Amino acid sequence: MQKLLLLGDEAIALGAIDAGLSGMYGYPGTPSTEIMEYIQSSEEAESLSIHREWSANEKTALEAALGMSYTGKRAMVAMKHVGLNVAADPFINSAVTGINGGLIVVSADDPSMHSSQNEQDSRFYGKFAYVPVFEPADQQEAYNMVSDAFELSEKYRLPVMMRITTRLAHSRAAVVRKQKEPQKPFRLPSDPRQFVLLPAIARRKYSALLTAYESLKFENRLSRYNIFRDGRNRKLGVIACGIAYNYLMENFPDGGPDFPVLKISAYPFPNDLISDLTGRCEEVLILEEGYPLLEELIRGILDCHLKVSGRMDGAIPRAGELDPSVVAKGVGLTPEAGLKVPDIVKSRPPSFCKGCGHADTFNAVIEALKPFNGTGVFSDIGCYTLGALPPYNIINSCVDMGASVTMAVGAADGGLHPSVAVIGDSTFTHSGMTGLLDAVLKNSPVTVIISDNSTTGMTGGQKSHATGRLASICEGLGVEPEHIRQIEPLRKNHEENVRILIEEFGYRGVSVVISARECIQTATRRKKAEASENNSK
Amino acid sequence: MKSDIVLSGVGGQGILSIASIIGLAAIENGLYLKQSEVHGMSQRGGDVQSHLRLSDKPVISDLIPHGKADLIISVEPMESLRYLPWLASDGWLVTNSTPYINIPDYPPVEEILDQIRKIRNHKIIDADLIAKNVGSARSGNMVILGAASPFIEIPFSSLENAVKSFFGRKGQEIVNLNIKALQAGRDQKA
Repeated sequence: MQKLLLLGDEAIALGAIDAGLSGMYGYPGTPSTEIMEYIQSSEEAESLSIHREWSANEKTALEAALGMSYTGKRAMVAMKHVGLNVAADPFINSAVTGINGGLIVVSADDPSMHSSQNEQDSRFYGKFAYVPVFEPADQQEAYNMVSDAFELSEKYRLPVMMRITTRLAHSRAAVVRKQKEPQKPFRLPSDPRQFVLLPAIARRKYSALLTAYESLKFENRLSRYNIFRDGRNRKLGVIACGIAYNYLMENFPDGGPDFPVLKISAYPFPNDLISDLTGRCEEVLILEEGYPLLEELIRGILDCHLKVSGRMDGAIPRAGELDPSVVAKGVGLTPEAGLKVPDIVKSRPPSFCKGCGHADTFNAVIEALKPFNGTGVFSDIGCYTLGALPPYNIINSCVDMGASVTMAVGAADGGLHPSVAVIGDSTFTHSGMTGLLDAVLKNSPVTVIISDNSTTGMTGGQKSHATGRLASICEGLGVEPEHIRQIEPLRKNHEENVRILIEEFGYRGVSVVISARECIQTATRRKKAEASENNSK
Repeated sequence: MKSDIVLSGVGGQGILSIASIIGLAAIENGLYLKQSEVHGMSQRGGDVQSHLRLSDKPVISDLIPHGKADLIISVEPMESLRYLPWLASDGWLVTNSTPYINIPDYPPVEEILDQIRKIRNHKIIDADLIAKNVGSARSGNMVILGAASPFIEIPFSSLENAVKSFFGRKGQEIVNLNIKALQAGRDQKA
């Protein structure tokens, strides 16, 4: 069969295409973005007419995927871990409604916070919602799991989560393709009230969910993704979840370790397999990428007399990503140390691209705030978060998508003036619009600067839902038209832009300044594409 | 055979192109490989790295353990030092000498080069200058790859084939310039 060199993200995408996917949904977020991008650029997906447009945010994406499932077809939705917070409401309730066509929710976690605000572990959401979770250890397993996840989803009538982490998402390896499955036919739910979570129905459905979750524990005892590998040395036993298994095996290149190992890649936890291992070993080490979920469960509140080690006793660092060296120490090996990094090596944080519009916007904001004392600038998630770093040092917050607008409203309530929010165009349509409506309804004295680069820039330039609509959205939400100002962040417009900002900072009501200039990266790519198109004509 | 390579540089310097080309050459030789990349925020002018692992046996971990890398290939001198904890005691460090200065506290280049010279097996070349001399100022990354190629257990002709297929859709002229840059790097002595 065909062998392809794929990122973990791409393996999942191709797995879904080959498993008869009908709709792919999502909002860009590192490290999940390449799943949708692969399907968008796939000619096969095009010829199969697979729906594959970005959604306004993760919540709308998951709901649309649930709607696709309603028609009996297979749907997948992908997001980064913090995106699942946004989509938590439909996620948890979709476990109660159940599904019709198979539904996979991919959540890509970012331990060590390479590109994120936290390192939350999505497996907790799976447990919270009573949803089965698959956690692939490598690219081939990621590909294979997708069709199995769809089948499991349809067998139990439940959504299935696929949890990956940055390292798998963004690492390439060869993947062998399987036979392609056709898309599912249009078939509405046999029970027309399946998705109606009125309390009387919800109680019945919730009880069925609890029963299904118990059955899944038995199902997972037999899962081909949970592998027990016995060993003669019973002093230690290791339970390794997902990619942690690879980091363990890397340390035993010649035939593997001599102690028993249980690899877990299918949740809920297979209780029997775990007690098989713990029953035969004096001590158990637990390796998990992310939070110590299993470790906490095994330790419990009361001492179970089993010697357990892992992240909670310091055998493995409490936070941060695993790697082969960290795991080597955990199992009592002495890893190679390598050389020290010389002190002269300085850190090199990311910075605005040369010619970036956000930089000109911040330069104008910095100067416009000078006449006002005691200011605070709330900001948001995007490239412009780099405004927190030198030489700008201008923003005072970056919390979650859309929080700049609503924190500015709250701070204005608390007496801050001017209370300023800086938010990107895509982040604004993701979660800023509702906050702006709050501001309008109470005529809050805030200035919202939308730094509009006409793209979702930080994740690589995906389509922004805001493009061409910002002024009309703000007007529609009730911002007075004379306080919706448009500026172009260019050095030559600096004085004029500062003047406009000062006017709006001084206004004691809701004002919006749309600072619009195309992202320098997407502009370069667009010009290149246009030039090559002209050449080929 | 195994070759564990750390590629380093600054976002936008083309280290992923180097990784892709070695990857294509590895596939031509029937090798197993895993290659981890950095996407997202740090690409914007920050430090970037890629772990590339080639072997005639299946590769298990996506990440190279500390002290096990056979080779560090860096398109920027200071960045080459950032990954020393991964370099094996008999490993090679091949780096460009031209700094990419986008931070205010960038150390004096001579001090960086002194640190690199302390590494047992090192090769420092001015890839930017060599690329300019062969008429392709933007092919510094191919010069570096050429300079590192003696330390990768893949025939040089496979790397040339990979460069051809990687740049193929950009036309014959671009292919030729990159092949010239690769060869010019190959000709550099340690």
